[in-house]
Amino acid sequence: MSKADLPQLLSAEAIDSINTWIKKYPKERKRAAIIPALTIAQDELGYLAKETMNAVADYLEIPHIASYEVATFYSMFSMEPRGKHIVSLCTNVSCMLAGSGDLKKWFKDELGIAPGETSKDGRITLKEVECMAACGGAPMLEVSKQYHENLDVEKLSHLIKELT
Amino acid sequence: MVTIEINGQEIEAEQGAMIIEVADSIGVEIPRFCYHKKLSVAANCRMCLVEVEGQRKPLPACATPVADGMIIKTESDCAKDAQKSVMEFLLINHPLDCPICDQGGECELQDVALECGKDVSRFTEGKRVVEDKNIGPLIETEMTRCIHCTRCVRFGREVAGIREMGAVGRGEHTEISTYIEKSVDSEVSGNIIDLCPVGALTAKPSRYQARAWEMIQYDSIAPHDCIGTNLHVHTRRNEVIRLAPKDNEATNEVWLSDRDRYSYEALTKGDRLLAPMIKQNDEWVEADWETALERTASKLNLLKEAQGPEQIGGVGSPVATTEELYLLQKIIRGLGSNNVDHRLRVTDFSGQEHESLYPQLGVELSELEELDACLLVGANLRKDQPLAALRVRKATRHGQMASVSARKIYNNFKLKHQIVVEPNEWIKELAGIAKHLTNKTGNEEKLAKLDGLKELIASVEVSAKQTKIAEMLLNSKNTSVILGLAAVEFSRAGHLRQLAKAVAILSNSTYGFLSHGANSAGAYLAGAIPHRGPAGADVGPDGESFEQMVSAGKKALILLKTELSKDSVLSKQAVKMAQDAEFVVSLSSFADDEAFEYADVILPIAGYLESAGSYINVNGLWQDFSASVTAPGQAKPAWKVLRVLGNLLNLKNFDYVSAQDVMQEVKGRMGAVGDKVKSKWNCPESLNGEANSPEPANIYQSDCYVRRSNALQQTAMAQGEEDLKRPQLSPFHNIMGGV
Repeated sequence: MSKADLPQLLSAEAIDSINTWIKKYPKERKRAAIIPALTIAQDELGYLAKETMNAVADYLEIPHIASYEVATFYSMFSMEPRGKHIVSLCTNVSCMLAGSGDLKKWFKDELGIAPGETSKDGRITLKEVECMAACGGAPMLEVSKQYHENLDVEKLSHLIKELT
Repeated sequence: MVTIEINGQEIEAEQGAMIIEVADSIGVEIPRFCYHKKLSVAANCRMCLVEVEGQRKPLPACATPVADGMIIKTESDCAKDAQKSVMEFLLINHPLDCPICDQGGECELQDVALECGKDVSRFTEGKRVVEDKNIGPLIETEMTRCIHCTRCVRFGREVAGIREMGAVGRGEHTEISTYIEKSVDSEVSGNIIDLCPVGALTAKPSRYQARAWEMIQYDSIAPHDCIGTNLHVHTRRNEVIRLAPKDNEATNEVWLSDRDRYSYEALTKGDRLLAPMIKQNDEWVEADWETALERTASKLNLLKEAQGPEQIGGVGSPVATTEELYLLQKIIRGLGSNNVDHRLRVTDFSGQEHESLYPQLGVELSELEELDACLLVGANLRKDQPLAALRVRKATRHGQMASVSARKIYNNFKLKHQIVVEPNEWIKELAGIAKHLTNKTGNEEKLAKLDGLKELIASVEVSAKQTKIAEMLLNSKNTSVILGLAAVEFSRAGHLRQLAKAVAILSNSTYGFLSHGANSAGAYLAGAIPHRGPAGADVGPDGESFEQMVSAGKKALILLKTELSKDSVLSKQAVKMAQDAEFVVSLSSFADDEAFEYADVILPIAGYLESAGSYINVNGLWQDFSASVTAPGQAKPAWKVLRVLGNLLNLKNFDYVSAQDVMQEVKGRMGAVGDKVKSKWNCPESLNGEANSPEPANIYQSDCYVRRSNALQQTAMAQGEEDLKRPQLSPFHNIMGGV
């Protein structure tokens, strides 16, 4: 496997902010910064390739497998290349009762994607997620850290078309 | 101490002990999967739930410390109900493939399911399936069977020190794996087979070979390193199927190195020599035992008369048993020669007369884990004595380790100080440490005993690293200086030893060696060395060491379990000695033995599980064993062959009935040892000089057995390609916790 150092993979700003996180923990417990480090790496590179996970592990001086474990545990990490926009659709009880199934169907009919898939033009990746604590506005989804609530198919199609 | 009650039985227990430990100590069985006495507590399988009076819910016995007055019930309705429920959950995703599972019949899950499981499953949904990963030639995976106890993960993190397995994914999608397709390369990886409570991890070479109930278990001792590892040998119809560790806290704890676990393949799958072979007109022909032995005896006698007994030499291997080595030297000495040696990888024999009776570690193996500070000199523990490395790793929980070596060493424990130098400078590094120690007050008395040291190191400059190592030894209580195989093989080993000894004396440390093979200590005590007889007896003028035999040449040679080109550091020169000799007899188990290139008679002998004998480990622990299987074809135990040869040579007292007889004779001579052979200080003449450190033997090339184990030869370690050259140790590698 090819080896790359983290500073070669990421921008100087990204390395700076990982270092900031490392400083927050005791020196011999660098591994505590694994989640922010992986998040920063993913934000910059779009997804976590094995090479990236290895580089993060090496940077924090932990075994590679420790990096894989964290990355595969949390749903916010993706080990595959993804679309430009990540749409997290809630299908938990409240949203389901309020019609999230229709929204899911819309994605399949209009964009041809099921949860976990990316549209052909590489623009949209759909994720099915559990409750995001916005049941008052069910059904809801999240794009780019922004919640969109009280949706129906019409609002959804408008929203998705607006995404550049 | 606290008083608790388990199932109505009152018992005193240590404060802080877990319920399961106390229950184990009085023989109350609590079912468990994730708990293991040598690993940290995970409490994730929930199988060990027990009822504790006053608690609303059952508690996990492995993670609940005892408290005074605690009343514990392991067989109450509450406990049994809880255990049954947990069992039902564990079986939800476990396949019903016991009939084709290697673990079937010796499976912890099977046993506990019988005890705590329901007859009929209520689960009708589909079971989860997990894709298998190929993790190398030693371990077979069937990860659908995994119940996520994480013992294998914790073993890598805590014991082996190199984490290769992990729990990937979460919830129902959790998988124990390496995530990427990669082999597990640790030198003690096979232990996860024993740890796995189900059939997820099983031994690859013995896969589908036999069922647990068909096998008979014998005990034996491993032949590859000086630990004296205790083995369980599992055989079926006179064939070794697999090996497993036998618990012994004094030697191997509960572990087994991969080398000890898989080398049996040489016996079952290697190309075995089935009949005596003699060379006639440059052709090898089969012969019967009588012809072969008589030819050997008459040739030896003839050459002794014609060329003198000093033209006869005997070479044994440190994998040979004490009895075999004793008889070998008895034959050589009976013929009137002292030319007998087993030190095939030693290049410097100076000062051998000042060494102790046999190579000793100086501390008990079990005490290695208590060391507060230790200076390792040329010791690559991971490759040479893998189980000693695990002990030292435990010591790094509280202690500090330092290493001075002529090659870079990749350890599985953390070194506080490391010095890697050119061979020429190696001795000076120790001199620098000694110099710093001599400057300390209170050492005048000790210096007086180290005659000449002060002058020798007068001009040495002490470096910062040397100072730190010296201070580390001075400021710790329990300290040790240990020389590894590279130090023993060094071309100026005699001088290196003396300076290491000086460092040990000046810093109040114990001093000792790790030695080659399983039986270097046995070889010394049996007298398979040219300068001392059995039990250190005086033998008159010293015989020739192996190296001297090689440079002087010999007319007749007896080789015991030895392949000169691979076992000796003198390799080519050693082979040349054999080719130039007029008569060479080799005792070997293998038909592909290189002796066919230079010997005149080759006698088939039993391999290491096929013969009775004894090994003496580096603590002087004398462990005997009987044969687990019989040797194939006409092969005979080497001690029997040597006995008959002794008789044919008309030597006295060769009438042994069993290997035990031989051992009793060796033991009988031990009484006469007394204090006459003691390690003495002998000042080296100079610190300067050309020196070289021979290329170390690959861990899987160390003797005739491991070289012929297919499984081991396929590993990355055998090919020198392992990923672990740079083991990623946890920066806070406490044995508990860490990453």
